[in-house]
Amino acid sequence: MAGDDKSMIGRRGALALGGALGGAAGLAALGLPSVADAAGMPAGLVAKAKKEGRLNVIALPPDWANYGAIITAFKKQYGLSVTSANPDGSSAQELQTLRTLRGQSRAPDCVDVGPSFAVEGAKAGLFAPYKVATWNDIPADMKDASGLWVGDYFGVISVAANRSVVKTMPQSWADLKKPEYKGMVSLNGDPMGAAAAFSAVYAASLANGGSLDDIAPGVHYFAELAKLGNFNPAQARPASVIGGQTPITLDWDYLSLSDRKKGRGKAEITVAIPQGGPAYGGYYCQAISAHAPNPSAARLWQEFLYSDQGQIMFLEGYAHPARFNALVAANKIPTALMQELPSPEAYRDIKFASLDQQAKAKTVLADLWPKLVKT
Amino acid sequence: MAAFLLLPTLVLLVQAFSGPHGPTLEWVRTLGSYRYRTAFRNSVLLSAWSAILGLAAGLAIAHAVLRPGAPRGLRTLATSFAAVAANFAGVPLAFAFIATLGTLGLLTTALRSAGIDIYAAGFSLYSVSGLTIVYAYFQVPLMLIVIMPALEGLKREWREAASNLGASSWQYWRHVAFPVLLPSLLAAFVLLFGNAFSAYATPYALTSGNIGLLPIEISNLLSGNVTLAPQVAAALAAGMVAVMAVVLAIYALANRRASRWRG
Repeated sequence: MAGDDKSMIGRRGALALGGALGGAAGLAALGLPSVADAAGMPAGLVAKAKKEGRLNVIALPPDWANYGAIITAFKKQYGLSVTSANPDGSSAQELQTLRTLRGQSRAPDCVDVGPSFAVEGAKAGLFAPYKVATWNDIPADMKDASGLWVGDYFGVISVAANRSVVKTMPQSWADLKKPEYKGMVSLNGDPMGAAAAFSAVYAASLANGGSLDDIAPGVHYFAELAKLGNFNPAQARPASVIGGQTPITLDWDYLSLSDRKKGRGKAEITVAIPQGGPAYGGYYCQAISAHAPNPSAARLWQEFLYSDQGQIMFLEGYAHPARFNALVAANKIPTALMQELPSPEAYRDIKFASLDQQAKAKTVLADLWPKLVKT
Repeated sequence: MAAFLLLPTLVLLVQAFSGPHGPTLEWVRTLGSYRYRTAFRNSVLLSAWSAILGLAAGLAIAHAVLRPGAPRGLRTLATSFAAVAANFAGVPLAFAFIATLGTLGLLTTALRSAGIDIYAAGFSLYSVSGLTIVYAYFQVPLMLIVIMPALEGLKREWREAASNLGASSWQYWRHVAFPVLLPSLLAAFVLLFGNAFSAYATPYALTSGNIGLLPIEISNLLSGNVTLAPQVAAALAAGMVAVMAVVLAIYALANRRASRWRG
């Protein structure tokens, strides 16, 4: 998802709302854990990090995935100073900075990048391997086996409906074909150019006999929606979702949840994860620089992000954390927060496509979509 | 001129024909695929139709506004409105049309409750013909702006002289006004064609890739987050330059013929 300008802007707006809601309340609800090494952390990590005294992070917008509140909480808990450089930078810029500032004390200690950039950085030897204490909770398909990078949070394709137009909430992929939704189902743009739209086609494929290796059934599904007249080719934007011009929208869950929040008082928006297939997700990755000026602080930061507290703070920003399913199983997510979100059931057998699978899917999509999907 | 027009075009051409191992036709060859052939056809058709529509409607309106005896205020009103409307494009225009003529638009639902279902009758805002109507919204005013001075250039004496010689209104238009106006009309067509050919934000908001258009395909390849293929984008852009060059060449030929009588 990183380096994805169109959805970055949207996502930032989304998480600004989520973060403002969550931050302080979440901390109070959790209570602050002790300052000593938590279970599973390498011995003496906290002491070593405190000796370094600081941490350099990059490209973490304060209103994005609740990072503003997370950094504040980290500073408070461990007494380190945090330098946050270029908060609005892209994944590509993060890797470039690791290269250009190598060996300098102001070089970033760690990065938060999209999967394709994580793989590129690992290949280029920019990262140091590290496995956090909670490593085993993280799904295998969103981490590098050797620990060079690890997914930190994800979104899945959701369906958002403006209830002033949509009387009955569609719950599944099959529902969306019903005649009552004629002219209502929209994407956030051209699937050949917009990541969320591309992912929606992938998700539709998983629910209609396709697989991560076969996106074609997803294209056929949209071709059928178009033939039935249910597919609305207008590009969904927050304004059109709230205004009702695109009454049903398939988009990332964090964007849909933020639209719901933005629309409060104007329109009632319901968000669900469509049933009929596994949820399809996209994620972001953490990695520690191989030449980090503060290597222990970087590892402590990662431990903090993957602690229960850090993970729940991501969720307060509407970004589902990597350990979401484990936290649900252990009943560690506050009820009030849980009620804000779609049912956790939907996230249980979430699927992530590998970069190779995505590359193959793009070729098939670019070939089939213009031929089959006609309105 | 060299720095802002020729140089970028040259760089574009170099990019479109160069691969990792020297010159290549690989990128240009991909233009023959179904997807890009469709994009070329749609873009040319849409630009041509919306330009023709703009030309005809703009000329008719300009004529009505400028005819002797028309209220004075009408002209001011028309020029001010045209100046605003010609610049009303992009996403706001697209959403204005979705709200009006979309499947759930105001006009669509009003007509449906009156028993006329335009979507059942085959109309779709999201088709090439639907886009032509949307484009007309900025093409007609642009035509109005460029053609009004030309219409004003038709001297009243010419008309009077023609009537004195016994010409009917049709004969006056056919043999006097039209030949005089022809070069301006041709130039206006090229301008309108180019205007529609390069439109991007409006069609992007109205199509989810179901109508391939060149500017959208280029953007997908350059700044999208699904595929990144700048060389194919360069080849497409070079193709756009070629189409415009052909249009301009036809214009130059036609204009030479049209202006011959001026001698």
